[in-house]
Amino acid sequence: MIDSSKALPIVIRGLTKKYGSLYALDSVDLDVSSGEFLTLLGPSGSGKTTLLMAIAGFNRPDSGSIRFGDTEMILAPPHRREVGMVFQNYALFPHMTVAENIAFPLKLRRIGSKESRQRVDEALSTVQLSDLGGRRIDQLSGGQMQRVALARAFVFRPRILLMDEPLSALDKKLREQMQIELKQLHRKLGVTTVYVTHDQREALTMSDRIAVINHGRFEQIETPQAIYNAPANPFVADFIGESAMLPMKRNSSGDLFYQDLLIASDYSELSDEEWLLVIRPERLFAVQDSTPASDQTIIFTGVITEFVYQGETAFALVSISDQHNLSIRFGTDSSGSQNLMRTGDTLRLGLKRSETIIIPKPST
Amino acid sequence: MLLGLAAPSILIIIAVIMIPLGWLFYLSLIGKGGEFSLVNYQKMIEYKSYARVYLTTFEVSFLTTLVCILIGYPLAYFLAQLPQRMAGIFMLTVLLPFWTSLLVRTYAWLVLLQKKGLLNEFAIQIGLWETPVKLVHNMTGTLIGMAHIMLPFLVLPLYGAMRRIEPDLMRAAANLGAKPVQVFWKVFFPMSLPGMVAGSLIVFVLCLGFYVTPAVLGGGRVVMVATQITAILENQFNWGAASALGVVLLIATLIILYLAGRLLKLDNILFGRN
Repeated sequence: MIDSSKALPIVIRGLTKKYGSLYALDSVDLDVSSGEFLTLLGPSGSGKTTLLMAIAGFNRPDSGSIRFGDTEMILAPPHRREVGMVFQNYALFPHMTVAENIAFPLKLRRIGSKESRQRVDEALSTVQLSDLGGRRIDQLSGGQMQRVALARAFVFRPRILLMDEPLSALDKKLREQMQIELKQLHRKLGVTTVYVTHDQREALTMSDRIAVINHGRFEQIETPQAIYNAPANPFVADFIGESAMLPMKRNSSGDLFYQDLLIASDYSELSDEEWLLVIRPERLFAVQDSTPASDQTIIFTGVITEFVYQGETAFALVSISDQHNLSIRFGTDSSGSQNLMRTGDTLRLGLKRSETIIIPKPST
Repeated sequence: MLLGLAAPSILIIIAVIMIPLGWLFYLSLIGKGGEFSLVNYQKMIEYKSYARVYLTTFEVSFLTTLVCILIGYPLAYFLAQLPQRMAGIFMLTVLLPFWTSLLVRTYAWLVLLQKKGLLNEFAIQIGLWETPVKLVHNMTGTLIGMAHIMLPFLVLPLYGAMRRIEPDLMRAAANLGAKPVQVFWKVFFPMSLPGMVAGSLIVFVLCLGFYVTPAVLGGGRVVMVATQITAILENQFNWGAASALGVVLLIATLIILYLAGRLLKLDNILFGRN
């Protein structure tokens, strides 16, 4: 259900931005389809904000192309780009009321005062602030400012919406509530959205697709499920979710071993000699002493070095060799076996062979 | 407890401000013979020359403030755009004159502006005008000198206010569709106003009591209240009349500040409430 009156695709090709000798963006390609919610996820200094600012027109890339639909925008000044933007610190005008802030883009577009008032009211009710139009900005709470910034960004019906870590200033509870509201709003507006965050959980919660960026390059662009279940490389595996990584060696017949433990067979088609096994804590389960390893299950044996109770879950850190630890996460129902665990106990950990994530180890 | 700690400063304020001020009021109400009378104030109403002195004082102060705004706003804007360190260096050029003696600066202007001064000779040489123009011992000279001395008082608060405007606000305005000119007038300028008003008031009030520069550069033709007070003391040794002049200036200033405050919500600006 692509509606081009509501949304425009973004096509980015070979976008490069250098600060001195440092590549903030290193020949980046990205397609955001019409109406998609795409998240740029990366650590600070990864280039995610630089990319967002380039889309908004606030910095001038050294080379490359940014198209909105069929229109090349790379040289267009910010005020001609018609993209809505929510800033990290909201950037609300303190000398205007809430309603004046939201009416600002309408006034610039010479929209009549009657229609303008109507659209401001509409926008205010969309973000559930109907009664606050007359408030001054400094009378608002963080969550309210967030909503006003949002209303101001979509009231002029842009077909692209950009958000720069819009929830980072809110406390955890409000942030989680706003994540869901933003998602609902996106569904309602149907506008192409590029969202920047360094919070992997937020990215997993909200996005249609996540573009993981590091050192000015994309590491992986995929759906949240694909990113989580099949990370393309150790950076993505490490950055998204919790994970342990075990190095594996390949023998002459193409089988992968962690130390003496057979992990997987038939990895002969690729030339890589060294591989990594990525293990998510919630995919491990405790097994009885008597259960043997099988075609379905790999079994690690180790000693509990740390046991941490965290409310709805608990996790144990298990040392399976001198260099390697695995963490395992359990649910904490009252009858659970985790009640019996103590630091120093030996624990056998099972992992279904179908749940293994195997990636080539990058040569260093 | 804390109030106790403030006691020394309160005592000092009482000693150096409140008591002399009361003394001033008292003196203004004493006639020539030492009797209690309103004769000093009566004279100020009777003689037109007093009204002219006040008019000149406010005129000079207003024009100086205006010149300071016209020069200071673009200057502060320029400084606010520079990287912090560069701005610091440029700010020195504004502040440097601040640290040299007022008298030295005033006489320096006299040298520059007089008939055979540097400025006139230069202007004639490049053909700007043919005969020397009278740039000093009049209103022009007074305004030039005073504006130069007052400029930092305007630029400093204004620059501070401009620095405090978040760059993201300008970006937001541009993003919402404002052309650069609109960004300036609709966002930057209104947000710099508190700094400009604060600076202007400081300049204006300081000008009201200015003595040295108008006396030297005005050459006797620009008579402000402070000059008049000196004249009365030197020529007539009349403390009562001099005090009355001071009291009226003080009250007029307070009235102006009060009106400006009502008009511009001054307490917000000066005390940082929004």
